[in-house]
Amino acid sequence: MYVAVKGGETAINNAHQLLADRRRADRSVPAMHLEQIIGQLGLGVDRIMAEGSLYDCELAALAFKQARGDMIEAIFLLRAYRTTLPRFGYSNPIDTETMLIERRISATYKDLPGGQLLGPTFDYTHRLLDPELMQDLPVEAPTTREAETGPAPRVSEILAQEGLIENDGDLPDDHQTGDLTRQPTEFPMSRDVRLQALSRGDEGFLLALGYSTQRGFARSHPFAGEIRIGEVDVEIDVPELGFAINLGRIRVTECQMVNQFSGSATSPPQFTRGYGLVFGQSERKAMAMALVDRSLRARELGEDITAPAQDEEFVISHSDNVQATGFVEHLKLPHYVDFQAELELVRRMRAEHDRNRPDGNVGETPSETLEAAQ
Amino acid sequence: MSAAAARRQGKTNSNDVEADVADAARKKAMDVLASAKANELADAWECWADRPDVAPLRGPETGLVMIRGRMGGGGAPFNFGEATVTRATVRLSNGQVGHAYALGTDKDKVRHAAIFDALWQDEGTRRAVEEQVVAPIRQRLEAQDQQCREETAATRVDFFTMVRGED
Repeated sequence: MYVAVKGGETAINNAHQLLADRRRADRSVPAMHLEQIIGQLGLGVDRIMAEGSLYDCELAALAFKQARGDMIEAIFLLRAYRTTLPRFGYSNPIDTETMLIERRISATYKDLPGGQLLGPTFDYTHRLLDPELMQDLPVEAPTTREAETGPAPRVSEILAQEGLIENDGDLPDDHQTGDLTRQPTEFPMSRDVRLQALSRGDEGFLLALGYSTQRGFARSHPFAGEIRIGEVDVEIDVPELGFAINLGRIRVTECQMVNQFSGSATSPPQFTRGYGLVFGQSERKAMAMALVDRSLRARELGEDITAPAQDEEFVISHSDNVQATGFVEHLKLPHYVDFQAELELVRRMRAEHDRNRPDGNVGETPSETLEAAQ
Repeated sequence: MSAAAARRQGKTNSNDVEADVADAARKKAMDVLASAKANELADAWECWADRPDVAPLRGPETGLVMIRGRMGGGGAPFNFGEATVTRATVRLSNGQVGHAYALGTDKDKVRHAAIFDALWQDEGTRRAVEEQVVAPIRQRLEAQDQQCREETAATRVDFFTMVRGED
């Protein structure tokens, strides 16, 4: 028999007080302002928004601070906050072609309209720690140069002119855009819902899966057709006005992955595509998402499903780090009753096992020690 | 009532084209107000001559908008992720109603934007809203974008080929 016990209350209150103290740390060092976090740890803020699936730099920075820099805890905080708000509606689809571009590169075309724009990238840095950053030294303003005003079409449109690449991806006209925040998860999933799940999926998990496809588990010969980062307008139709208005701009990263495809029973040889779209500046995540989007299209393209990255249920069921952390971390909560039941069971099995031993030797019974532990 | 809203309700009107032009101009002003900084609108309201009384009709309230993307960039829509949005509707003492929506959670900013939308719709104050409020903000936004474009342009790769070999 187990009798419910209480008594953690004081301990919990004091633990939270201690947490607040450790978070603030040395009081002689100034506390961080949210503006500093947004400005100087911006890519961390971006990741919290992307995986929290909520675009709001200020709230993401607050979550970052509150979580002491623990990304998944911060993402969890943002997800919890969003459940307190009503939904006003759906935006019109954003148009990445009209983006105010901050970075845009293609690994497939050297000279493309709009050019290769490196932007604020870590690429080509030497990955040497910079001791100057230990001090607050003045930083030079960036160099400027007259901007080209011509269009910067998506690379997929350039390839499409030759007819050697599939189109952007259509769904039947009567298809209602799925929303995994409103509908239960069901498999098989349509690509729109998969993209929603991947866009909020854990960067590390998707990175590992994308990497696995490159190493031969669902080999897909990818090229980074284009990566672009910048700001896009968010427009919403307002019924009381009768026209769409702009709500402001958000920064996004888009990756068009182009994959060789030798054809199947249902499709001719051509380039196929994987698509990545992520909140903020996050090209590693956008690239990983595009690789996994492509590998998850195996069934649609008539490919053999042989690898984890092609298994939709496996990937989508485990890509959400808030769900994952909830289930893994719940193991640390009290399981005293479950464990006592298992203990009884193992004791009984052990006794039975010992009785049935042909040599009749009875093993050492540690029951006294166990009971003492309880 | 806007032209588009009137049409939806089956009312036709010979001034439809004119009304559409007015809608487009109002949209442009609203777009700028949504992108304004909170203090720009607060200061503009502070400096406004003959401030009318303002009654809230709705909000300001914060909620979510699900932002959509398109698969492959231009294909079928999908739900990309949510953003916080704040909206407000106000009525001025002259009866004029104004609306505003903007990303983020700043209620004061959006309330001020709704007031200026109402003032914009009044023929008597439209010009002042355009000149004193919208124009300076638009100028700042455009300058900021231009600065960003020029900084990005400086990172454009200019490929050149190197001649190798004997001749």
